[in-house]
Amino acid sequence: MRGWALALLLGALRAGGTELTFELPDSDKQCFHQEMERGLKFTLDYQVITGGHYDVDCYVEDPNGRTIYRETKKQYDSFPHHTEVKGIYTFCFSNEFSTFSHKTVYFNLQVGDEPPILPDMSSRVTALTQMESACVTIHEALNAVIDSQTHYRLREAQDRSRAEDLNGRVSYWSVGETIILFVVSIGQVMLLKSFFTEKRPGSGGAGT
Amino acid sequence: MKSQLIGFLINFWISSSIALYFHSGEREEKCIIEDVPSDTLVTGNYKVQRWDIHKHDFLDSAPGLGMFVTVTTPSAEVILSKLYGPKATFSFTSYLSGEHIICLQSNSTRLVAFAGSRLRIHLDIRVGEHFLDETVVRAKDKVNEVNFRLEHLIEQIHHISKEQNYEREREEKFRNISEQTNSNILWWAVAQTFILISIGIWQIKSLRDFFITKKLV
Repeated sequence: MRGWALALLLGALRAGGTELTFELPDSDKQCFHQEMERGLKFTLDYQVITGGHYDVDCYVEDPNGRTIYRETKKQYDSFPHHTEVKGIYTFCFSNEFSTFSHKTVYFNLQVGDEPPILPDMSSRVTALTQMESACVTIHEALNAVIDSQTHYRLREAQDRSRAEDLNGRVSYWSVGETIILFVVSIGQVMLLKSFFTEKRPGSGGAGT
Repeated sequence: MKSQLIGFLINFWISSSIALYFHSGEREEKCIIEDVPSDTLVTGNYKVQRWDIHKHDFLDSAPGLGMFVTVTTPSAEVILSKLYGPKATFSFTSYLSGEHIICLQSNSTRLVAFAGSRLRIHLDIRVGEHFLDETVVRAKDKVNEVNFRLEHLIEQIHHISKEQNYEREREEKFRNISEQTNSNILWWAVAQTFILISIGIWQIKSLRDFFITKKLV
């Protein structure tokens, strides 16, 4: 009993993932580091949720300082990679090209494979019972549902952010345009009247 | 024996340094945003190290170094504000659904941070997972592997269901914003056309009256 709990925990630590959402101020860069073994598969997904043109620069470096991935002004991307070197991998998000829009960035680093729901599945000699295979199938399906939910949640957040921007812009522009309309039309009439109002006496203006 | 195992499991989670880390200035506040539905348990686990200027490395434990953890709800209310040590686990349950902001700031009182003084923060945040439930479930005598796994699956399903309810709320908010924008545009277009026409008429009338009084027409 205790053995498998420990094995589960160890399995979970070998694999695993981190997902974080953070705010990246303008002209700023934020780097994250993760220590990884050799021969592991990791996937980095990131998406910009709010801010400016919803894009960010991203680059990933291996422990030797070599850049294994570099993209500029991307809205979202997924980067899978098999590690060849053991050490600390660095991945950075940069908003240095923007001068006034701070961005909210979501990223998900999935390291290794998802731990199986039944820890000693691989070492089992006998076949799984029906209950156990049902458990495995359900677990895989639920993981797919959770991934897809996260994807839709981020897309919805981004679209809502754009809709709120649009709403704000429409309101401000409408008010501004109305004010400009009044100012320009009253100004025109005043200006025309002033052309024909001379200070010199006896002059009525042009005309034959 | 059971409490020893609990302690061992928690300690194992805390001391395993496989978590992601990032650097921050000594007095800098770093914030993480978590968008969670209501009634969700969010657990965070961190370890902080300070750069030692003499050894040119990040020390594992610096005396007196702690972190202020502040959690703000979507309604700008602070539900957690505590000082923890250099290595700790914190958790909170959201009662509102929305974006919660988790901020970490060190309690370093150095007035001037000399060049090269940085902090390395290892951070891991988990949403909707219960680590201590293992002991509760295993306290019952008739527990086997599959039964325990079923509990885990049921919990996952509850989490998915909560997220879907939250998604429905947000979609409604989104639809309201879109409809508001639509009616805004329509209303303003009508109002501006009306203003344009009436101002045009006023201009012509006013100028005509002006020229008549000036005996030009």
